[in-house]
Amino acid sequence: MSDEVEIDQEVYDRLIGEGKNERIARAKAKAAAVRKSKIAEGQSLGPRSAEENAKALEEFRASAGGGGVATKTAAPADAGGAAGGRLTPEQRAARVAASLGNGGSEPASLGVPTSSDHTHRLLALVPPAGIQQVQSKQMDKVYTWPHLLLVEFVALLAAGSLLLIASFFLDAPLGSLANPNEVPAINKAPWYFMGLQELLRYFHPMVAGVTLPGVFVVALLAAPYVDKNPSAHPENRKVANMAFTFFLAFWGLLVIIGSFLRGAGYEFVWPWVEGLGFTL
Amino acid sequence: MAKKDLKTTVQDNVIWKSIFRPGSIYRKGYRDTSRDRALASMNNVLYHLHPVKVKRHGLKLTYTYCLGGLSFFMFILLTVTGIFLMFFYTPAAGAGTEVAYLNMRELSASVTFGQLVRNLHRWGAHAMVFTVFLHMARVFYHGAYKPPREFNWVVGVILLILTLLLSFTGYLLPWDQLALWAVTVGTEMMGFTPVFGEQVQFVLLGGVEIGPNTLLRWYVLHVLFIPFVTVVFLAVHFWRIRKDGGISGPL
Ligand code: HEM
Repeated sequence: MSDEVEIDQEVYDRLIGEGKNERIARAKAKAAAVRKSKIAEGQSLGPRSAEENAKALEEFRASAGGGGVATKTAAPADAGGAAGGRLTPEQRAARVAASLGNGGSEPASLGVPTSSDHTHRLLALVPPAGIQQVQSKQMDKVYTWPHLLLVEFVALLAAGSLLLIASFFLDAPLGSLANPNEVPAINKAPWYFMGLQELLRYFHPMVAGVTLPGVFVVALLAAPYVDKNPSAHPENRKVANMAFTFFLAFWGLLVIIGSFLRGAGYEFVWPWVEGLGFTL
Repeated sequence: MAKKDLKTTVQDNVIWKSIFRPGSIYRKGYRDTSRDRALASMNNVLYHLHPVKVKRHGLKLTYTYCLGGLSFFMFILLTVTGIFLMFFYTPAAGAGTEVAYLNMRELSASVTFGQLVRNLHRWGAHAMVFTVFLHMARVFYHGAYKPPREFNWVVGVILLILTLLLSFTGYLLPWDQLALWAVTVGTEMMGFTPVFGEQVQFVLLGGVEIGPNTLLRWYVLHVLFIPFVTVVFLAVHFWRIRKDGGISGPL
């Protein structure tokens, strides 16, 4: 698939000699090799200069049939102002006015061709910081390809093969034909609802089946709005973690009791005495 | 003249180039450089899911344990195996027309790979419920629902409920004793909804008790309606992950 770029051994050895980290040395040596091969192919390196850009644009326009008209760019209305790229309302109003040409019929341009068929001129209304808050903080990042995609692929293969192996050896259960007149001795919900069925032993069905699950769902939905603690560090959120662990443990316990310790007629049994009254 | 190698022959033509955009690892001239690594994401349909770069700590297996990704993988797997099962299943029951149950018997007895695909679908469904639970737990313990990700947690809770509903509606379809009575337990509880209890139960069951109408209703919910709603919420979930600044952390 990928043409592995050969590295420039000379550069690599020199950088290693200088005590550079192997990853960095390899990357720089790769870059050097690519640069060399580009020069050999007669391509230019680096970003194009302004003249080159202008020339390319001319050529493009000529080839595209002289579509776009050369444009003026609106003078920035806020020279020197606006700390952090934010405009005051007055500055923004001035900008909008400038870009709309003060109500004139021919709007002054912001660098987009004016005589095109575009009907939207939203660009003039977007604040310079953009629509989203862009975090400028540098972070330690890696390329999605190949790093993340390879991890995902391996995880997918592992999970897929596990499931395939399980499916090869374990058959899904199929009982006898459904019969509404014959209540089976052991009658259980699927395991993820076992907690609710267990609650049904202790509470009125409305409480166990509607009120409590409702409360749990609402509590889950509300969690991020109730937990106002800004820290994500476990040290600082002992209460939240305790509460959630308690919630999970409570739920897990109910499911385990319901699944393994309940037998015929939903009576309490020991599974090693009465057998496992549990089907997935 | 050296013979053109197979790779060049396959890659160096208009059709191949029209399919794989510049920077694709399948296109001629892909080089393992920063530029092409970036383009490989950016010029790819996967760009809808993944940004060009991700935080290094997020790659560590012990951060996400791949749980969200695995939940999604299970969903895909269930869709694929589910479509296979649909070819051999008719949601009909009732005296003289016990087709659904018969189909299940035939599936394991006489359909090639029928039993295996049914097993995959069944164990996959349990696995998905499990991974979604674990995913929720890992998100909680990382405090990954804190601003700006509060709403994505809400979307997640909705996905959890949809996952449970998908699983539960599917549970009825084999139309055996296990299915009928497990579902009876569940739907009896819904009947206790205050004020509208009876109506809720009637709409869900297509009658006053579980019968052929319920089977048809739950079949449609299971193969069409709930998956459709789930896909919509999955789209929002994945979109929000990126708009909220990618994966949370590091701690
Ligand atoms: C069908 C079920 C679901 C799927 C397929 C899914 C998928 C994903 C994926 C792929 C991620 C990326 C990070 C990771 O893999 O951990 C993620 C993140 C997240 N999920 Fe889910 N999810 C599901 C259900 C849930 C549930 C039940 C919750 C919570 C109640 C939830 C809340 C979140 C949050 C808050 C994030 C952001 C975490 C971060 O930034 O670290 N999701 N989800």
